[in-house]
Amino acid sequence: MNVLLGTALILVAAAGTVVVVLRDPLRQALAVSMFGILLGIVFFAVQAPDVALSEIVVGAVALPLMILLALAKIRGGVQ
Amino acid sequence: MSVLAYGVAAWLLFVGLWGIVQSRNLVHLVICLAVVQAATYVLLVAIGYRVGAVAPVFAGVRLGTVAVDPVVQALCLTDVVVGTTVTALLLALVVQIHKRTGSLDPDSLRDLGE
Amino acid sequence: MTRRTRLRLFLVSAAVLAVVVLAGFGELPAFGHPGATFGTVLNALSVPQRHITDVVTAVNFTYRGVDTLAEEFIFFAAVTAVVLLLAPGDDEHADHASDAATGRWVPQTSDAVRVLALALVGPTILFGLYIVAHGHLTPGGGFQGGVVLATGVLLVYLAGEYTHLHGLYPDTVVEGIELGGASAFVVIGLIGLAVGGTFLATWGPLGQVGQLNSAGDVPLLNVSVGAEIGAGFVLILSAFLRQTIVLRRHPPSNASGSA
Repeated sequence: MNVLLGTALILVAAAGTVVVVLRDPLRQALAVSMFGILLGIVFFAVQAPDVALSEIVVGAVALPLMILLALAKIRGGVQ
Repeated sequence: MSVLAYGVAAWLLFVGLWGIVQSRNLVHLVICLAVVQAATYVLLVAIGYRVGAVAPVFAGVRLGTVAVDPVVQALCLTDVVVGTTVTALLLALVVQIHKRTGSLDPDSLRDLGE
Repeated sequence: MTRRTRLRLFLVSAAVLAVVVLAGFGELPAFGHPGATFGTVLNALSVPQRHITDVVTAVNFTYRGVDTLAEEFIFFAAVTAVVLLLAPGDDEHADHASDAATGRWVPQTSDAVRVLALALVGPTILFGLYIVAHGHLTPGGGFQGGVVLATGVLLVYLAGEYTHLHGLYPDTVVEGIELGGASAFVVIGLIGLAVGGTFLATWGPLGQVGQLNSAGDVPLLNVSVGAEIGAGFVLILSAFLRQTIVLRRHPPSNASGSA
């Protein structure tokens, strides 16, 4: 269990760095989705299933969706 | 393990802040803010953890088994959902800024008087 | 202030913040310590006192219910603000729904996507209802279940056209559901005030531990929160989708041709 938690924490730190370093918001949307799933795994490993459920549903589905919709509107307006 | 858990929370906080400060794109800035929020979730949930404990759900589990702290989980739970809604609000603001000024560069948002 | 000055200023203040954060983290108890008293007491009391097996739900809706009410209203205000911000402006008109940036050809949604999305709408909504209803027994509750319900609505958009989404879930009905959820929470709390003496006191039959209709008014609170969160996310989705797909800006004056 400790190995899983340690690995998941390191992966979360790496994923967070990737999200910040990426410039293009389109690529960031997918990176944020991955970040959300990894965060969900960390929450499972720390015995917090409610928070993990919340984070997976929100961070992997709702958040990238809203980013993509905002981007579609922004790029659609460029005429 | 302490260093790793709290260290990851601190790392996410500073990486997100740095992303916000040197961002050249408003959407990128809003996403970095989401990373900073994730740092607080990791910190809160890490504080509540107890070694060798189970999740605070007693459906089928004998009462009296050592479980992790439920209060910080309750805080994180509502925070995750509401934080995403506030991110949606910020994205709506960004969309309107782009419609009014045509650019997404924070440095170009100088005069609010125009 | 130039960009370089701003970055240097940030580095200085980040250094100060790092010192403060490290000092603060040094005072925290070690990772995995036995824990604060409040958590241990709640873990022991939740089943005998409230007949709730998911202690996190007990904390959210009975022991610290007022905090959840405040979070609900933050959510409500944010959804209202999004809908207001993305409302059609004076210089926009509603065009026919076309999912394309100018000059880009968008392929027709493939049949595989349509069939799969349609097949998943029912199970997703059922799963969302299951999570909402069993919030006081197993991990789940109104917040998570509400977002899953909103995801089911999103699948309808993926499966069909935007017009179908708008026809199936007209804005007035969805807004009514959100308002109903928020008000129901307050009304249930007021009933608790009338019956038990404090706002959000648990009222109603406590029932048997592990049954679906146990724990007094907590299942009702879960349903109201689930309705509000689900409807709120659907409203946010519709506001963004309407901006992207339907509304077009008036072309600048003197422009000829169509958008």
